[in-house]
Amino acid sequence: MASGEIENSDYQQKRWHNIRKLLERSGPFCHPDFEPSAEILDYIMNSCKVLIVGAGGLGCELLKDLALMGFKKLHVVDMDTIELSNLNRQFLFRKNDIGLSKAKCAVEFVNKRIPGCEAIAHHCPIQDLDDGFYRQFHIVVCGLDSIVARRWLNGMLMSLLQYNDDRSLDQSSVIPLVDGGTEGFKGNARVILPGMSACIECTLDLYPPQKTFPLCTIANTPRLPEHCVEYVKVLQWCKENPWGPNTGLDGDDPQHVAWVHEKAQERAMKYGIANVTYQLTQGVLKNIIPAVASTNAAIAAACATEVFKLASSCCANMNNYMVLNMSDGVYSYTFSAEKRLECVACSNTTRVLEIEPDATLQVIYDKLCEDNGYLMKSPGITTVINGRNKTLYMASIKSIEEKTKDNLKRRITELGLYNGVDLLVADVTTPNTITIKLKFSDSIDIDMSR
Amino acid sequence: MIKLFSLKQQKKDEEGSARAGGSQKKASAAQLRITKDLNELNLPKTCSTEFPDPDDLLNFKLIICPDEGFYRGGRFVFSFKVGPNYPHEPPKVKCETSVYHPNIDLEGNVCLNILREDWKPVLTVNSIVYGLQYLFLEPNPEDPLNKEAADELQSNRRLFEQHVQRAMRGGYVGTSYFERCLK
Ligand SMILES: [Zn+2]
Repeated sequence: MASGEIENSDYQQKRWHNIRKLLERSGPFCHPDFEPSAEILDYIMNSCKVLIVGAGGLGCELLKDLALMGFKKLHVVDMDTIELSNLNRQFLFRKNDIGLSKAKCAVEFVNKRIPGCEAIAHHCPIQDLDDGFYRQFHIVVCGLDSIVARRWLNGMLMSLLQYNDDRSLDQSSVIPLVDGGTEGFKGNARVILPGMSACIECTLDLYPPQKTFPLCTIANTPRLPEHCVEYVKVLQWCKENPWGPNTGLDGDDPQHVAWVHEKAQERAMKYGIANVTYQLTQGVLKNIIPAVASTNAAIAAACATEVFKLASSCCANMNNYMVLNMSDGVYSYTFSAEKRLECVACSNTTRVLEIEPDATLQVIYDKLCEDNGYLMKSPGITTVINGRNKTLYMASIKSIEEKTKDNLKRRITELGLYNGVDLLVADVTTPNTITIKLKFSDSIDIDMSR
Repeated sequence: MIKLFSLKQQKKDEEGSARAGGSQKKASAAQLRITKDLNELNLPKTCSTEFPDPDDLLNFKLIICPDEGFYRGGRFVFSFKVGPNYPHEPPKVKCETSVYHPNIDLEGNVCLNILREDWKPVLTVNSIVYGLQYLFLEPNPEDPLNKEAADELQSNRRLFEQHVQRAMRGGYVGTSYFERCLK
């Protein structure tokens, strides 16, 4: 054995010394089912694939934390590029990086700085990556500031769930989602086991709505500098269309912000309101909440710890939603957010409807109304074909009924439906739109994961 | 507790190994929810909807023809745009018919609390329809968007009523011109 290798292995011993203590011996605080072994570290380092969604304030922290814990198979996705204002807290970026991809720069930095790390960057919107991409991961950890993106990701992970013949969940299809979020001095971290525990849609009410003011206050009785900016944004812009009727207000365009700032100041003057600054204007337009580096660090640490626990099974995970509030003293508590039975995302387990391939849509409609498993009253049926939504039949809306009633007479294959297609069916008898997969009766098998 | 480690010792499928037949795009949560909302839409007899494209459930029009109150006999069209963050965010609703109304301005902006500050994800398209219908039955001068109209409603109800009629027949109220919108 060459001396270099011995040194190397000695170095490796020392490098992971502390983590080995956690993974290679048992202890009174371990989970009762925990079986210590040297293989766990090997799994973390060489097998466990973790996707980090977002490479901003939380994402930089998450990437650094996980790489230092030994995770090597890390992927990072972020569509944004680096701006000057990011540099105070997004510590993997330097001034020279401004304008470059956040995901790429973060990954490059960490791979260089942490030996053995093999992180891979994806500079694109999360929606550009398909189910084949997401299915490869063992864990997804998410540090986003967008609720739309979170909901999309949540929906994606739900769609990857597979069920056994007895309709029980196949646990190997579960990809845990660890989600962190911060707003100023406040933050939260949570663990979601898709199909098993409360998901993003179950707790949509927990996300604070975007701050809005009554329109009449903005229009007639402004009192705050924010009211003046909102006035220009909501009412004055579409009245004056300073860049033509086809150009919407873009909070990232400095010229737009300057225009709004000027008009808002005029309005503030009229009502004797002070402090309409450029910064405030930009803040209201982009709905910016000041980011606090230490909040990001605390929340990311909680998330990274949960990822480590999930990967190793060494300790029980948080159950399941942690709140951290440092805006008035320091306060934290963890509660168990409950899975909602009528959740659109996680209670929507796909059911299968067997049908002759030459049947008409009417046959499906009748089955939904008459079959014992359904007994629906007036099902509205839609589907997605080649990425496009298609309304097959809906009786409740007169104008749609008129345009879709001929579909009932047509064969389902003529309508573009195929073996394994998902129908989305809404009816008063179910709390939500449900997904029903068509199975053509002459075909042997369909892939339930699609 | 889910034991990932023992459950998934083996490496997961490499990227791009999508199952045979490719991937099927899933409907978004917003899409699932609006389908439910619309299938259960229970319109008052004074209201109807129009879907220019029946496959696009996210963009449609609501037509209100009040049968009582100041606006009786008028026909008012509202456009609904349901965004990807529905129902976390409310739909964007604008009045496409020019109307002399305390809570609707000349650009078609509508001051209705559940369209902005009081929106909650449990509310539905139906809630908005009822809210809008109520605006025509009980215009609310306390929350003015058209201040002139609001002040007039409070100070001189008869004059307000005359102006509403004139606007609906098509004509000027003050310096603003209103298109005819009688049925
Ligand atoms: Zn759920």
